[in-house]
Amino acid sequence: MSGRLSGRRGLRILAPLGLGLLLLGLWEAWLRLAGIPPYVVPGPVAIARALAEDWATLAASLLVTLKVTGLALLLAASLGLLLAVLFAQSRLLALALYPYAVILQVTPVVAIAPLIIIWVDDVTLSLLICAWIVAFFPVLSNTTVGLNSTDPNLLDLFRLYGAGRWQVLWRLRLPAAMPYFLAGLRISGGLALIGAIVAEFVLGTGGRASGLAYRILEAGYQLRIPRMFAALVLISAAGIAIFLLLSLLSHLVLRRWHESAIEGGERR
Amino acid sequence: MTASLVALRGIGKRYATGTLAVQGIDLTVAEGDFLALLGPSGCGKSTLLRLIARLAAPSEGHIDWPLGPPGPRDIGFVFQEPTLMPWATALANVALPLRLAGMPRREARDRAADSLARVELRGFEEAYPRALSGGMRMRVSIARALATRPRLLLMDEPFAALDEITRHRLNNDLLALWEAARFTVLFVTHSVFESVYLARRIAVMAPRPGRIHAELAVTAPAPRGEAFRTSAEYAAQCRAVSATLGEAMAVSPA
Repeated sequence: MSGRLSGRRGLRILAPLGLGLLLLGLWEAWLRLAGIPPYVVPGPVAIARALAEDWATLAASLLVTLKVTGLALLLAASLGLLLAVLFAQSRLLALALYPYAVILQVTPVVAIAPLIIIWVDDVTLSLLICAWIVAFFPVLSNTTVGLNSTDPNLLDLFRLYGAGRWQVLWRLRLPAAMPYFLAGLRISGGLALIGAIVAEFVLGTGGRASGLAYRILEAGYQLRIPRMFAALVLISAAGIAIFLLLSLLSHLVLRRWHESAIEGGERR
Repeated sequence: MTASLVALRGIGKRYATGTLAVQGIDLTVAEGDFLALLGPSGCGKSTLLRLIARLAAPSEGHIDWPLGPPGPRDIGFVFQEPTLMPWATALANVALPLRLAGMPRREARDRAADSLARVELRGFEEAYPRALSGGMRMRVSIARALATRPRLLLMDEPFAALDEITRHRLNNDLLALWEAARFTVLFVTHSVFESVYLARRIAVMAPRPGRIHAELAVTAPAPRGEAFRTSAEYAAQCRAVSATLGEAMAVSPA
């Protein structure tokens, strides 16, 4: 609200942006002065050119990767939430299933991916499963913590007024778990992208319907290094976009009531 | 004398850890009474409230309800913290007990708005708890407890965390609400001054295990107000209650 605060917010954007531009400038200058060719290390200008020239191919691949990432995230969110709710309802189920969720989480997806492509014939579906395995755990574990950390006095209050199990879940536990769920979702967003990329590398799908990871491999074989970097830039940009989008979602849902979403000066 | 609303007979409560929280409690609360449970922390005052609210079951003795057992809307509970749902507006928080009881949304909201007006929070219906001060949050909590028009209002040190000025105001407002509606109040506090100011009767409790040391009546003009708070009569009764509390504490080492 105040000038000081908006000034600080401006600095939060300007400072990293300025540093980034400075580093890019230094990078380009170093390459030119040292005479390093673009097939060894491409500069920002060469990467930008590759990005523009190969935009059609790269954009199509970006779309493929984003589709897998988005679907995996959606599945991770819904199944993670559903499983967490089941865990909160039945302690036995939680005790029985949780260790397997952990096993799924700690097993490297690179190691399971070849198995999955053998068992599942469809490539897109295999990618989806791999990305989902990587992404779903943060949602599950965060939401479980959230569902179990409800204010005990509020639980007493609901009991006092004779609330049923579903009333407690719907009106108390789920809203209380919402900040935890959203924090988990933000982690899962990044992981879904990583899972999708890693799976693409392992499964190595070619052709038109291939994602950004395949473009990197392809460009590597062809020694088109600037194009490799261009694909990398797109992956990073996608990751940042996903993070910002989920942060925005979290802010919109929680802004009226949760501490994590407080903006300067609003608090009493 | 009016009929008794609830009677505790030989109530004892031992927790799973083996701690004996209260023992041999005999206590009768008449309908329309304002009874304070006064004692040091750890003397089982809150445990008694939880037993009466049926949030816990006694290990010994039984609780009688001569006028019939209470339904879920007959008891209001005010905790030490406001205990509001942070994601819900003041109005939605107050409407909660009514909605849980299956009242249609519109009717529940109307009733909740009335209840908020009774605690002088008209105009704050759509405010979220975060935007309210500590005293206002406690008012919302009281409005919620009164929304179901309970026969019995249980209050567990509701004003202990507030500053003194706010506490005095809420004391007066609570008395006004009680004078107007004459629900029965069971008020837990560790403040001698608060208990004498508010209550018609004071049950002084002794700790370890919690038991009732003495029951005292408070005589005061009605309605009570700031004049009573500064009167010699008030000071004398505070002194007497304080002495009784001292005896209760002396019985067992603190």
